Amino acid sequence: MASTALRGRARGEERQLAWRRIAWPLIVYSVLTALAVLTLIPIVWMVLTAFKSAPEVAASPPTWIPREWHPENFQAAWEFAPFGRYLLNTAFMAGTIMVLEVLTSALAAYAFARLRFKGRDVLFLIYLGTLMIPRQVTLIPSFLLMRELHWIDTYQGLIIPQAFSAFGTFLLRQFFLTIPYELEDAARIDGASRFGCFWRIILPLSGPALATLAVFIFLFQWNNLLWPLVISNTDGTRPIAVGLRKFLASTAPTGTC
Amino acid sequence: MARSLPTTPATAGAARAYARPGWLRRDHETLSAYLFLAPNAIGFLIFSALPVLAALVLAFYDWDLLLGAKFIGLENFRRLLLEDANFRAAFLNTFYFVAVSVPLSAGLGLAVALLCNQALRGITLFRSIFLLPYVTITVAVALVWRWLYHPDLGLINNLLALVGIDGPSWLVSTRWAMPAIILLTIWKSFGYNMVLFLAGLQGIPEQLYEAATIDGANAWQRFRHVTLPMLSPTTFFVVIISIIGSFQVFDQALVMTNGGPGVATTTLVLFIYQAGFQSFQMGYAAAAAWLLFVVIMVFTLIQFRAQRRWVTYE
Repeated sequence: MASTALRGRARGEERQLAWRRIAWPLIVYSVLTALAVLTLIPIVWMVLTAFKSAPEVAASPPTWIPREWHPENFQAAWEFAPFGRYLLNTAFMAGTIMVLEVLTSALAAYAFARLRFKGRDVLFLIYLGTLMIPRQVTLIPSFLLMRELHWIDTYQGLIIPQAFSAFGTFLLRQFFLTIPYELEDAARIDGASRFGCFWRIILPLSGPALATLAVFIFLFQWNNLLWPLVISNTDGTRPIAVGLRKFLASTAPTGTC
Repeated sequence: MARSLPTTPATAGAARAYARPGWLRRDHETLSAYLFLAPNAIGFLIFSALPVLAALVLAFYDWDLLLGAKFIGLENFRRLLLEDANFRAAFLNTFYFVAVSVPLSAGLGLAVALLCNQALRGITLFRSIFLLPYVTITVAVALVWRWLYHPDLGLINNLLALVGIDGPSWLVSTRWAMPAIILLTIWKSFGYNMVLFLAGLQGIPEQLYEAATIDGANAWQRFRHVTLPMLSPTTFFVVIISIIGSFQVFDQALVMTNGGPGVATTTLVLFIYQAGFQSFQMGYAAAAAWLLFVVIMVFTLIQFRAQRRWVTYE
């Protein structure tokens, strides 16, 4: 009797093992594959359509694989809008903002995290307060300020107002607070200056935090539309997100405008 | 050394200042602090704090950039709240967008994170695929989706026709334009939520699941009583960030429909943009921006209040 019970339990475990090894992964894979296909459809369709002729793009029903391949579409698009310039503008804008913001945020964060000075808490509260105010609130006054400075349609108009964020300062301050004080004290006793401590101890220890902030800023600026839309009026300063709107008129299929 | 260990950020600094020997303290700490701060603080005060103050003043003025600004008290707010039907529409559209897109995007992100949080071969490939839409430029994919949504030629309605559904006219329909924008937004954002949820899931200690299994909990019970409560701080973060971000929706609405048809997809930020830079009512736009801020603030506060009920902290 005891042996049959044991055998029954073994069979149950076998069934459970089969479920865990085969059935469950199969279910997970099928669901994931279905979702991945849905996610990829717009991207794949975009890439394939880029090679189609104009009549085929408007064909009904739509085709997946181009009947004829037209790689010259890319050249036409490249010539339709000054893409090289857009990319250069975007890279310059996003890159400069990234460097400026990481550097100045790190310096300020060090002061907030490590130094005692008059007005520290008030200033930090002001930083935190503006963090809660959406960018759109300052859109109009910032634009008017740019107009006063004659910075409309300039690189400095695109870059400078976006380069000093409370976000970066706050993020890095929180990270600097986790670095042990002892390291700096040792360096101070060995004669390092405040800036030496910051440059040789705090910064090298903050690689991951600095990199995270840099990636955040770059991605945000690469995708940023609202502020460049307001500031850039010519192709000379237009970043890619604004420049792409040129294709709105030409790509609008009839009936969506 | 009698120096105390850093306890909390606030007291640690204070304890240090007093514990430090005199020769270390005499180095103009305040001066060097201001030097460290200057590059950021000067830029920050001029380009962030000053515009905030200016926006506060501007909201009480009537100014079209050409004639001088005229103080009109609360008139801008009165017009926005009581008279302007377009503002009310933008308000309701934005609420609609937030109410539908945030739960769906967060829910899908959580579901996909649960599926992707398993030790299966090739799972990183799936994770990368789901994150792909997030790293694309919104303007670019919005242009592509305009095509997908075309009533006759678009891929979506043609796919729907395959299964016998007569698709709506999406972006040209007052009723379906907003759902179309929401669908694009979910497609673009759920991968980001997935990453956040994955990080949260991987922080849940394995022992909790083992203990629950020993106590006889089945898979559903483990999910309901271990995963969900342990994940609630992450969920809270995702919900807060998504709500704040969604109230500021702009790019998709501008590119796909420019607020139309009629005002069916005019969001609050699009309204602010149009009032400021198309009708040049600077004070009016600033007032609308403050109302947007109040809405976001109220929702964030409600969330923080409500978190006591459902967020579990260790």
